[in-house]
Amino acid sequence: MEREGRIINLMEPGHTGCAGCGQAIAARLVMKAAGPKVIVANATGCLEVYTTTYPRSSWEVPWIHSLFENAASVASGMEACLKAMGKYDGIKIIAQAGDGGTADIGIGCLSGMFERRHDILYVCYDNEGYMNTGYQRSSLTPFAARTTTSPSGTLSWGNVTRKKNMPLIAVAHGVPYVATATPAEPRDLMRKVQKALEIEGSKYLHILVPCVPGWGYESEETLELARLAVETGLFPIFEIENGVVTKIRRPKERKPVEAYLRPQKRFAHLFQQENEQLVAEMQQLADENLAIEEGPARLFGMSSLPEMKNEELDLPPKAETEG
Amino acid sequence: MISMLEGSKAVAEAVRLCRPNLVCAYPITPQTHIVEELARMVADGRMHAGYVLAESEFGAASIVLGGSAVGGRAYTATSSQGLLLMTEVMFNIAGLRLPVVMTCANRAVSAPINIWNDQQDAVSIRDSGWIQLFVEDNQEALDTHIQAFRIAEQLMIPVMVCMDGFVLTHTVEPVELPAQEKVDSFLPPYKPSYRLDPDDPFTMGAMVGPDAYMETRYNMHNDMMEARTLIEQVARDYEAEFGRWHGGMIETYDTEGADIVLVSMGSLLGTMRDAIDELRREGLKVGLLKIRCFRPFPMNAVHDALQGIEVVGVIEKDISLGLEGTLCSEMRSAFCGEESPDISSFVMGLGGRDIKIDEIKQVARDLANNPSCRVEFRGLNEEVVMGDER
Repeated sequence: MEREGRIINLMEPGHTGCAGCGQAIAARLVMKAAGPKVIVANATGCLEVYTTTYPRSSWEVPWIHSLFENAASVASGMEACLKAMGKYDGIKIIAQAGDGGTADIGIGCLSGMFERRHDILYVCYDNEGYMNTGYQRSSLTPFAARTTTSPSGTLSWGNVTRKKNMPLIAVAHGVPYVATATPAEPRDLMRKVQKALEIEGSKYLHILVPCVPGWGYESEETLELARLAVETGLFPIFEIENGVVTKIRRPKERKPVEAYLRPQKRFAHLFQQENEQLVAEMQQLADENLAIEEGPARLFGMSSLPEMKNEELDLPPKAETEG
Repeated sequence: MISMLEGSKAVAEAVRLCRPNLVCAYPITPQTHIVEELARMVADGRMHAGYVLAESEFGAASIVLGGSAVGGRAYTATSSQGLLLMTEVMFNIAGLRLPVVMTCANRAVSAPINIWNDQQDAVSIRDSGWIQLFVEDNQEALDTHIQAFRIAEQLMIPVMVCMDGFVLTHTVEPVELPAQEKVDSFLPPYKPSYRLDPDDPFTMGAMVGPDAYMETRYNMHNDMMEARTLIEQVARDYEAEFGRWHGGMIETYDTEGADIVLVSMGSLLGTMRDAIDELRREGLKVGLLKIRCFRPFPMNAVHDALQGIEVVGVIEKDISLGLEGTLCSEMRSAFCGEESPDISSFVMGLGGRDIKIDEIKQVARDLANNPSCRVEFRGLNEEVVMGDER
C-alpha cells in the first residue's frame, strides 16, 4: 500500500460513521495526538464497525479488533509479549472501547489490566449507551435519560441509576493518570493523550462523545452539546495524577442543566409538567460535580446522589388512573 | 535423558523447550501444576518468557491472543469451566488465524460441579476452529506440545493438546526429555507472515458482512482439512528426529483380522491395549483404534482403518445429551453413503468414574454377542440413578 504523502489522518476519513458523530471526532484526535508509533486494540462497537467495513479500513496504524469485552486484555498481551521479545521500545499501546465495553462487559478485563500495571493508555468513548445496537441503556447512561431499554412511561422516568464512576474506579486501582475530556476542546483532549503516553503504567482517559441518533439532536450540535455538558457541570473535566486531583475545569459561566437537556430527545420527557422534579435532581447532580476540589481524589460527582427507585416517584394522578 | 516426571511437569518442560515469548493462564484444577511449574521456571530464570497472571480464563485467552497478534509465540493452559469461559475467545483466535498453543487438562463440566476427569470440556468446543490432539501418556503429552507449535505456526491455526486431568497431569511416569538443541532445530523461531507492527500498519479483525464472511469460513474449513496431512507429516518428522511415534491422525493396534474394533481417545487407551491383549488370548479377535486428532477429524484414516470391520464400539468420556457420545457420531460420519460397520456408543468414566479393564473387556464380549448399534452408559450405580425414588 502506498502511504507516503497520502495520509490525511491516522484514522482516515471516508468511514461510515454518522454525520456529526462525536466518537469519530474524538478518536481522530486521539490518534493525531498519539502519532504513528502506536498499536491499537479496539473493542467491538460503533468505532470498530464504521472504520473497518471489510475490505476497507480507516486505520493507518496497526489495529486489532478481537471482541466486545477484551480490548484491555488484548492490549495487555501485546505489551507483555513485545516487552518479552525486546521489541517494545518506542511503541505506545492504546486500548479503546465505548462505555458498554468499558464499564459493563469489559470491566473485568480492564480491572486486570489496571491491577497488573500494564503500560497502556485506555480510552473510553462514552456516548452513554449501547448506541451500536440501537440506544440501549448501559451503566454509563445518565440519570433520567430514556433509552430503548429504559424507556419513560407512566410508571417510569427512564433510567433510574447514576453513571458508574469509572474515573474513580481507575483511581482506586492505583492508575497514575486519570482524566476526562470532550471533543469540544481538541487541544485539551490531545494534550491529555500526549501527557498520558509519557507516563509509564496504565492510564485512563474518559471522553464524553455525543451521539446524534442515540441522544436525539441535530448533527451540527455535537460539539455544542459536549461543551454544554461541561458548562452545566454534568460532565466534569479533570485530571487525577497519582490519586490527587490536579486540575479541574471551572466553567467561566455556569449554565443551568436545562440548556444541555432540552435539545436532546432522550430527555424530552423531563420537560413534561409532572417531571419537573427530575430536572431539579439533575441540577443537584451537576452542582455536586462542580464541587470537586483539588487534592486527594474522593468520591465525587457522577454517582453521588442516594439511590432512587421508580416506586418512589411521585406519579402524576393521570398515570395512577391509567395504571 | 529419562526423568521421572508428573504429567504437568512434563508439559511444562516441553513448553520451556519451545521457548515461548508469552505464557498467560488462570489457575484451575487440574491444570494448576502446569502453570505453577512454568511460573517457577520464569522465577528461576530457566525460561525467558513474559508471564502474565490473568484475572480470568477469558482474560488469559485474550492476553495470549494479543501476544500472538504482535508476533510472539504464546501459550496458555486451562480446563473445564475455564475452557468454557474462554469459548468466545477460542473462536476468535482461530478466526484471526493466530497460532496459539494451549493445554487442556480434561475435566468434567458443571453442573453438578466435579473436578475429576472426563473429556466433555474439549469435545464441547470442537467447532471453534482449533486443532485438537488427544494424548495417551506423559511422554506423548511432552512430544505433542513440541509438534503442536510447529503445526500451529506452519498453518496459522491454533492447537489444543488435550490430556486427561489427574490421570496424566498428576501421575508420575518415566519421560525422556529431548535436548534443547534438537528442539530448536525441529522448531525454529516463529516468523509470522503478518503481525501488528507500527512500521507496517495492518488492520486485523475487520467487520465482514454477508459479501465475504462465508468465504472466510470456507477457507478456514479447507485449511483445517488440509491440516490432516501436515499433522501426520510432523509426527513422522518428529519420529525421524526424536525416535518416538505416537500416531499421526490415528493409530491402530491389533486391528488386523479383527472382528470387533474398540475406539477411544486419551489415557484410557493404555488400559484398552491391555484389555485387547487379554481378549486376544481368550480367543476374541478385538482390535483398537486410537483417535489422536479429534479436529480435524480423520475421516479418511478412520474409514480405511476400519475396512472389513463389522462391529465397532466407541468408548468415550463425554455425552452429547440427547444423542450419543460425540466421538461415536464423528465415527459414523466417516462412512457416509457407504455400508457402515455397526458403531455403538459406550459412555463411560464421566466425572472421574474409574473404568476398569474388565469393563472394557465386557463391552467387547457384549458386542460379540449383540453387534447392533446402540447407546449405553456403562458403570452406572443404579442406586444413585434411582435417587429418592428408590
